[in-house]
Amino acid sequence: MIKLILQRMFLAVLTLIGVCVLVFSVTEALPGDACSAFLGRDAQGTRLENCRQERGLYKPAIERFAEWGGGVLQGDLGRSLKRNKSINKLVGTRMRNTAVLGLTAAAIGIPLAILLGVLAALYRDKKTDVTISTSAIFAMTIPEFVTATLLIYLFAIQLQWFPAVTTVRHTAPLSDLLPNIILPVITLAFVMMAHILRMVRSAMIDVMASDFVQMAKLKGVPYWHIVWFHALPNAMLPAVNVIALTIAWLLGGVVIIEQVFNFPGIGTLMIRAIYDRDLPLVQAIALILAAVYIACNLIADLCSLALSPRLRTAR
Amino acid sequence: MTQQNSLIVPDQATSALLNSELKRESRITQVWRSMRKSPSGMIGMIVLALHLVIAVIAPWIVPFDWTLQDGYRMLLAPDANNWLGTDNMGRDILSRTLMGGRTAILVTLSGTAVAMIWGSLAGMMLGFVGGRIDEWVMRVVDALLAIPWLLFLLLIIALVGQELWTLIVTLGFFYGIAVIRVVRGATLEFVSRDFVTAARTRGESKMTIVVKELLPNVLDAVLVEGAMRWAWMLLAFSSLSFLGFGVVPPTPDWGLMIADARGMISIAPWAVLFPALALSTLIISINLTADAFAKAMGLDRAKAPV
Repeated sequence: MIKLILQRMFLAVLTLIGVCVLVFSVTEALPGDACSAFLGRDAQGTRLENCRQERGLYKPAIERFAEWGGGVLQGDLGRSLKRNKSINKLVGTRMRNTAVLGLTAAAIGIPLAILLGVLAALYRDKKTDVTISTSAIFAMTIPEFVTATLLIYLFAIQLQWFPAVTTVRHTAPLSDLLPNIILPVITLAFVMMAHILRMVRSAMIDVMASDFVQMAKLKGVPYWHIVWFHALPNAMLPAVNVIALTIAWLLGGVVIIEQVFNFPGIGTLMIRAIYDRDLPLVQAIALILAAVYIACNLIADLCSLALSPRLRTAR
Repeated sequence: MTQQNSLIVPDQATSALLNSELKRESRITQVWRSMRKSPSGMIGMIVLALHLVIAVIAPWIVPFDWTLQDGYRMLLAPDANNWLGTDNMGRDILSRTLMGGRTAILVTLSGTAVAMIWGSLAGMMLGFVGGRIDEWVMRVVDALLAIPWLLFLLLIIALVGQELWTLIVTLGFFYGIAVIRVVRGATLEFVSRDFVTAARTRGESKMTIVVKELLPNVLDAVLVEGAMRWAWMLLAFSSLSFLGFGVVPPTPDWGLMIADARGMISIAPWAVLFPALALSTLIISINLTADAFAKAMGLDRAKAPV
């Protein structure tokens, strides 16, 4: 058991190193470098020379990778080109804001998605199911920036319940963020729920038709007891993996949703870094988000180990 | 008695097959007939066809020049002259909405074609060759799939810029990776069949076996996958345009129009709502069509959220 957990953790670290190599080698392989991208049209003559010299871009790639990777391992993400500041400082509080946004959305969205998925499965092809499933398809297919814009129109402009965009700075205490975070959380949770509830629904339909559920019914176990304690834990196994996959998608979605609401998180910073062609900052944020994703996957793996004894003994 | 009956009565797919065997229908007519039976699929197809027709003929049917700015007619509500109103530069929204899908559709269709071709060739090759190469490449594929798509696209855009060419190749490359998985899975079902062994014994080259023996069998899966990838890619591309990294102004584009007009949504909601409606209906209609198509082919729509 412990061996299995360690194995998964080792694999996660290996993937992270792989992503580091990939992010670095993509930047190497493509034409242009941090300096030529940053300087844009001015990228010529002494300015380019100076920038490259200062950044050590004339060193061999291996050496630079060792420096960059070594720094990343020690928790130093390097320096931003445009702001000429330590990336750690730039990222710090924004990371906190994004984490609050994502975790709140997950805390609301995941349980609600499971509940709706179960309901849709139990009332399969009835009105409840049709309503839930159809809205899920809409939530999945409509781009999140459209959903976000429509929600702003409805709740911020027509009803005036929440502010339309965030105006507080990224260093503001969390309490200041509170009224601003509600609409982004709703948008994020809304889109996230759709993917998860579809998976829970189809898994639950399978499980409810299985023999052991039939058996429990015949034994006279109360219906809702069967649903929540016999069927749901088994239906969760395939759903856990989808939740992890959804989080990968979510990280892309977070960038867009933050941009729409001007939320002072890591996503808006990334977009700004791209506008500025500030490559070291873009690389660092891509790495952070990939790390978050790998961590989520690891948690999902461990959850499915906990959910299914069969996986624990296999091999 | 009923038990026995249900044993004899063939299920829907088999009976459709039997019917078509009897009537000697081609595969296409068969799939088409089954697609027509699904109401959501029909709605999807009609809306999709409408979108495609409009995208092709838009330059000839627009009531106004889509780049024409008019300082006296800014942010007008829909009226008899400008049916869908005007935007903050006095441009006609109907004309811009009609034109706004062209670039996105062109780019994503080309991107999908790139993804399908390289993804399915690589997938079939991997499934066919198997062994250690297959195992290692699939590990790399899994690692690549672990990276959120948007991040990688943005990283590349930050480096090489946002020419449509770059976007087509990049989108095609990334979405192809997911195709590899699906096609490889579909191929594995066939590589051990007798007809492949027979072709091997005949001494056919690997490429011939892949194209002539395997491709016809996995084509269903490839087509369904292609339709789905297209919808996802359209979503990705319009998100990029919305962020300002896709279509470059003054080319009209729905994502871009929404991004431009959302600041004025309290004064001129129509400038946001109509492009949003156009974009959403297109993506939903592709999804509905893909769903009906998959069902008609007898395939389960894969549940890939990326």
